[in-house]
Amino acid sequence: MSKQYKLGRRNALKAMAGIPVLGILGVEALRKTSYDAENDLRKEVIHELGLDDLLSSVKQITYQPGDLIRIGIIGFGVRGSQLSEALGFMEKSKFEKEVADQEASGEESLKSQIKHGNFNVAITGICDVFDLRAESGLATAQHDIFTGGEIAKKNTVKRYRHYHEMLADPNIDAVIVTAPDHHHATITMEAVKAGKHVYCEKAPVHREDEIQPLYETVKNSGMVYQLGHQIPQNAVFQQAREVVNRGLLGNISHVETTTNRNTPSGAWIRHRYNSGKIKPGDEATIDWKQWLGNAPEVPFSIRRYYSWARYSEYDTGLFGQLFSHEFDAVNQLLKLGIPDLVSATGGQYFYTEFGDIPDVLHTTFEYRQKGTTLTYSANLTSAKPRPRTIYGKEASMTIGGNMTLTPDGNSERFKDLLENGVVDPSRPMLEILEGSTLSDAVDAVSSASTSYYASRGLTSTHIGGQVWDVTSLHLKEWLDCIRHGGQPSANIEMAIQEAVVIAMADISYREKCRTAWDPENKKILRV
Amino acid sequence: MGKNLQPPAWQSGLFVVLRMLIGWHFLYEGISKLIHPAWSSLAFLAESKWILAGVAQWITSNQEVLNTVDFLNTWGLIAIGLGLILGLFTRWAAIAGTVLLALYYLFLPPFIGMETAAPQEGNYLIVNKNLIEAVMLLLIAVSPAARKFGLDTLFEKHNSPND
Repeated sequence: MSKQYKLGRRNALKAMAGIPVLGILGVEALRKTSYDAENDLRKEVIHELGLDDLLSSVKQITYQPGDLIRIGIIGFGVRGSQLSEALGFMEKSKFEKEVADQEASGEESLKSQIKHGNFNVAITGICDVFDLRAESGLATAQHDIFTGGEIAKKNTVKRYRHYHEMLADPNIDAVIVTAPDHHHATITMEAVKAGKHVYCEKAPVHREDEIQPLYETVKNSGMVYQLGHQIPQNAVFQQAREVVNRGLLGNISHVETTTNRNTPSGAWIRHRYNSGKIKPGDEATIDWKQWLGNAPEVPFSIRRYYSWARYSEYDTGLFGQLFSHEFDAVNQLLKLGIPDLVSATGGQYFYTEFGDIPDVLHTTFEYRQKGTTLTYSANLTSAKPRPRTIYGKEASMTIGGNMTLTPDGNSERFKDLLENGVVDPSRPMLEILEGSTLSDAVDAVSSASTSYYASRGLTSTHIGGQVWDVTSLHLKEWLDCIRHGGQPSANIEMAIQEAVVIAMADISYREKCRTAWDPENKKILRV
Repeated sequence: MGKNLQPPAWQSGLFVVLRMLIGWHFLYEGISKLIHPAWSSLAFLAESKWILAGVAQWITSNQEVLNTVDFLNTWGLIAIGLGLILGLFTRWAAIAGTVLLALYYLFLPPFIGMETAAPQEGNYLIVNKNLIEAVMLLLIAVSPAARKFGLDTLFEKHNSPND
């Protein structure tokens, strides 16, 4: 009996051999967890930078109820259609096709977009010189896509042949100006005089002599003006602003902005489909005289109609179309304002078939009192991306859809951290990736292989766990100001600074001279 | 009779050690996923190549499915790890572990031309550590020796030497 009992106990003990192993694992796992917590470099760096509250600096999106706003769209091209979508309106057939496409590909952008709830706006007016586009606009206005919409059904939409008719109609509260650039200033001024709020696509003006009248007219009208630069609506810009405001970059000597594209469409050659077939439109269906507006009279041209951004009569090309976004992004962040001196060189070397805008540009904007130089380097025949970069004495920042902050190897401020090897000039000490969840959005000193794709930040952003089209947020800001007062971010002051900067660069390029700004007389000087 | 088929004690001992080491590996992998709430299989699945790439895409495209997969993976690892260390339901734990490792292998096989954007450690050619660990678990599943020093033995009928 006693022998059997002994054997049983031995067996039982043998059977439990795993338990001490489990115990060791448990103790070691706890030790490792507390060691990791104490040696969390990410937290240490964020704390050292004084950015513990960085994530809470993102303002949550709130809905403030208000009366219905009746919107008229002037110029229903590609951008007009995109802005309608950002407001919650889309042609039914197009919507159904896109829902099916996104369902198949697993993409969620449209799904998350329509969940946001409506902005309580109706598109009640469409004005386009081209019948086809006007009809597309009418169909768009009649189909709302935001959850709880039903606005389109309760409101009717009207086509206006001329924008003057729309501006004269008291049933329109606000207008979106998405006509080509040479119309922007004229339509904006007439609209605010007619008591309409204006959301205008960039650039704010086309010609130098439009700048001052636009400023005074909008300023005196009391109407809410918003220029169409959605990039700074990215949540990451709010965080970048905190980093800049806390002086982490040190003295900023250089801000580098770029454009890198490599397709004919990217060079605004847009009058053909990919198949090579010419797009529709002729003098019978397009009101050519209205399209030309104040521009020099020329015979109808399908090239000019679709590829207008290639002609200096209607646009400033790279400056107005793309540098405008770059400038606004940088100006919203750094409040650079108008430079003292601008010089631009470049040429039309590759796309020489028609139009006269350059496809390569190198421009410097000197802020002599600040000791800062802004550069814009653009190339329409290479798509190699170059990030938007702010160079400071202590650290440099890249900012687009993502943000990185990298210490300078010779920084005084980060000397201790550099010496201790906590941060390293060869990689970011702070990286905020768009689309990360809040808990892991701040990624400082992560693995060396952390790769990022710094987009220009033009499409969407994550706020409060939701994906937002940044254009929707930009429009919402405008609508909130119309209903509740206040100034939107891309207001007339910012727009005028941009208009002057673009005009200085464009004149420098075209007239082959340097341009200077005379702040007293508010004039651009050729020097 | 049966006594002659018994492997030498040191061989059984090594099997048991191997079982516990693999158990440790599974259990800690599971625990570390549990204590990092931000962990998700998304990054791994997004890299998936070869025959299961479609399945991976389906999982990652649906948040609920992804959450379920993450939950099953974490608790699967923990359950298998506990089973192997304690020697409890050893055979089932070993088989489940083999299946899980085979899935990891198939979602991201180290075949020529299937490099991933984020290689985890070095480069492999057809044989990687997942495959080796999977075969070792299979060996544990079929070896009675590996079930010694485990709770399973309490449920087995013991033939006392006196019988």
